Amino acid sequence: MKTKLQQFKESYFLYSFRRDMVAMASFVVLVFFLVIAFAAPWISPMDPYDSANIDIMNSEIPPMWMDGGSMEFPLGTDNQGRDMLSTMFYGLRTSIIIGLGAVAIQAAIGIVLGLMAGYLGGKTDAILMRLADIQFSFPYLMVAIFMSAIFQVVFGAGSFEQLAIPLLTIIIGLSNWPMFARTIRASVMGEKNKEYVEAARVIGLPQRIIMFRHILPNALTSVMVISTIQVANAVMSEAALSFLGLGMPVTKPSLGSLIRSGQEFFFSGSWWITVLPGLWLVLFVLVINLLGDWLRDVLNPKLYKG
Amino acid sequence: MPSLLEVRDLEVKFALRSGDITAIDGVSFQLDPGERMGLVGESGAGKSVTGFAIINLISKPGYISRGSIHFEGKEISAYPPDKMRKIRGNRISMIFQDPMMTLNPVYTIGFQMIETLKAHRNISKSQARAIALEKLKLVQMPSPEKRLAQYPHELSGGMRQRIIIAISLLADPAIIIADEPTTALDVTIQAEIMDLLQELCENEKMGLMLITHDLGVVSQVTEKIAVMYAGKIIEYGPTETVVHHPVHPYTIGLIGSIPGSIEPGKDLKQIPGMMPTLTNIPPGCAFNPRCELAADICTQQTPVLEEKQNGIMAACHMK
Amino acid sequence: MTTNHTPLLRVQDVVKHFDISGGFLDQLRFKGGIHLEKTTVKAVNNVSLFVNKGETLSVVGESGCGKSTLARVILGLYRPNAGKIFYDGQRIDTLTHEQWLPYRRKMQMIFQDPYASLNPRKTVRQTLEEPLRFHNPKMTSQEAMDKVAYVMEQVGVDPAWIARHPHEFSGGQRQRISIARGLILDPDFIVADEPVSALDVSIQAQILNLLMDLREKHDLTYLFITHDLSVVHHISSRVAVLYLGTLCELASANDLFNEPRHPYTRALLSAIPKIGEKKAKHIKLKGEVPTPVHLPSGCVFHNRCVFARDRCKKEFPRLNELPNGSFVSCHGVEEGWPMA
Repeated sequence: MKTKLQQFKESYFLYSFRRDMVAMASFVVLVFFLVIAFAAPWISPMDPYDSANIDIMNSEIPPMWMDGGSMEFPLGTDNQGRDMLSTMFYGLRTSIIIGLGAVAIQAAIGIVLGLMAGYLGGKTDAILMRLADIQFSFPYLMVAIFMSAIFQVVFGAGSFEQLAIPLLTIIIGLSNWPMFARTIRASVMGEKNKEYVEAARVIGLPQRIIMFRHILPNALTSVMVISTIQVANAVMSEAALSFLGLGMPVTKPSLGSLIRSGQEFFFSGSWWITVLPGLWLVLFVLVINLLGDWLRDVLNPKLYKG
Repeated sequence: MPSLLEVRDLEVKFALRSGDITAIDGVSFQLDPGERMGLVGESGAGKSVTGFAIINLISKPGYISRGSIHFEGKEISAYPPDKMRKIRGNRISMIFQDPMMTLNPVYTIGFQMIETLKAHRNISKSQARAIALEKLKLVQMPSPEKRLAQYPHELSGGMRQRIIIAISLLADPAIIIADEPTTALDVTIQAEIMDLLQELCENEKMGLMLITHDLGVVSQVTEKIAVMYAGKIIEYGPTETVVHHPVHPYTIGLIGSIPGSIEPGKDLKQIPGMMPTLTNIPPGCAFNPRCELAADICTQQTPVLEEKQNGIMAACHMK
Repeated sequence: MTTNHTPLLRVQDVVKHFDISGGFLDQLRFKGGIHLEKTTVKAVNNVSLFVNKGETLSVVGESGCGKSTLARVILGLYRPNAGKIFYDGQRIDTLTHEQWLPYRRKMQMIFQDPYASLNPRKTVRQTLEEPLRFHNPKMTSQEAMDKVAYVMEQVGVDPAWIARHPHEFSGGQRQRISIARGLILDPDFIVADEPVSALDVSIQAQILNLLMDLREKHDLTYLFITHDLSVVHHISSRVAVLYLGTLCELASANDLFNEPRHPYTRALLSAIPKIGEKKAKHIKLKGEVPTPVHLPSGCVFHNRCVFARDRCKKEFPRLNELPNGSFVSCHGVEEGWPMA
């Protein structure tokens, strides 16, 4: 018997990964991003959330390679005098936490509803899928704006600062579940007519067990692909909301709120406050999408060449 | 007189990341005009690959690594694609198991037949239509004119297979290669299609290469038979003789394992084990682990196909 | 149809129709005013048969004749639209999921496609233990293991491979595992839906021999669904021939193969390619197979039958018992028309 590790080493998955330069490069960059994001409190030159570290006199210092730049702030400072490098590290951390959390919520709702719609069919299917259609026909930003407005009113603008991360996670999570529900539903409908499902019914297993223990594990490959793409989308959504002022507050910036805060200074010459976090965000989303593309090709059984 | 088709020592390999594997290993046979030959074997024996190799349609990473294919006296195994296209679908036609693999669902039957004709010959549309009608009548299609205006999905499986045969006849081919043409069809329809193929070969002097796993069908339709096992032909001879007096232990086992060959209710003769995968072919005779006659020599030396008895060639040390 | 003893399984006038017309918008028709039109597939129509304990009843027919649907109706995977099904004298077609459970232990199924019938994510052990654990919650781990190993041996799969996944096995071995799953609850009655038609000839013989051995050893009763008539002759005691969801003929295997009565049965038998038989005389059927959506009037076979007369177009033939105990549903046989 081969161990799991040996099996993995000989798998097509690893083989195609090692032959695909783009996938490997993307993976390396992604790991780099993740390490930075989670190690941000330890590797950042300063803590941008701590107002004691901030000196307003240091505001708008350009990156070190420009005139007036200093070694102390390698990528310059923003309008409040925070070190750009540190804010970008912390911003990425916030963005990733919200992105992953939102996708977890989307997946949880989408998988359960999609599984029920696909397996039970009939009226359940019709109702759930119309619900998904309705949700999809609202632009998600509008839903998010609407929901964050309600949350702000209910919890008060003051406490919003503390609750911003969980709230944004929930808002973005709730507004995007139909993607998962539809994907799962489609693969469940393909699986549920297979004979192993009939065999489980002949044994007399209850529907709940058939759905979650037999069908779901076989329908999950499609979820892996959209999960990666959805993380990128959630990070973008968060950035967009923050950019519109509905997301992370300026005191606890995410990448979106950084871009927003720099935007006013863009034409007065301090371009780095907007452009650097912007590039940072673009690169992050790009590598996720490239990896997602590769994953989709690998997991597509039609393209499989053992 | 040279044969219509002569395949000699054909070897096909597939280049995989773990190295080359041999799918067909030194296959030789010949087919005369109007002759019907059956290529029999279980899945993975290499019978379909042989069919594809003849018309040079092996998909990557497969390639012909050795041997020759002479068609009407010319060596065609190394023809460039454009020259091969003049033969394929024209002089040698192929029929597949699933008619929808060949038929395009968005065009009418008539359109597809006429386009096929015009691609191969320089004729007008009305001439092409006339030929199409004639071929539909040849395959005994009821109300042929109505069929020309129909789409593939409007027809039943048996009708579609008839259409495919009509299309393959359009260019008056010298050989039809039929790869499991009736496996997807019901027995009553299968009987009709087989009768039709047999009549066509007799009347039009066409060669037929019938690739199938069904020995019953082969024994009814063909004149000679080649049994394949693990990429090799292991028995080759006149159908009557092979079916009634098989020589190779595999053929004997295969015939014995068909229900109907023995009294109902009795245990069927069974061949233990299963055919080796191509990556894992045992040394010597590939059949030796499953063979009840196997001796030491079978694991050491690969038997060659040689004349045994009653005009049967077989590859076996023990017979 | 009556018998003087209680058969293990009795199917009485079972009807199963499927509504495939879809939603409201799909049903809308504009021909001759706006109205709704339902499309129903009439898969099984008034089928009655019985299976005696210890015998093998084969249900044969071509694709679309409703044989697989019938199997699934019997096992309660579909509810019949009409008719009754009795197992050991008990009516089972109206039971709830919980009431069905005791019968699940007694009635099991073997499937056609060894590649689709095993859950690819589960090991052999998981696949075989699940029914055991579900029906015997008190069973210990060791007892379950022992039982799994015992059944694996019975079907000829090495118990050492218990931790493997289905993709590590060949088609024939998978089919053995699928049979093991059907046997693990010690059932009395097994519905086998085309259990060998996806397999190669030499493997097919192995599986058929195995099924016959198991019948002896475990005192099983089979309902064998297949399209392959040579297999039918080999394995069954009695045969039921279905055409378009209707029972044409029900007879002992010997009677049916020696002296088929219904014109459809005759055509079917003449079409079997027999090995070593040169240029057989096939009985040619006229016309095309109708779809089960638009069934012909009267006898469903009349538009393809060369002996059909006016009565066949108008009147549905009843299933009549013949002196030799066979049942045939044909006006011609009933009235003794010359049919040669």
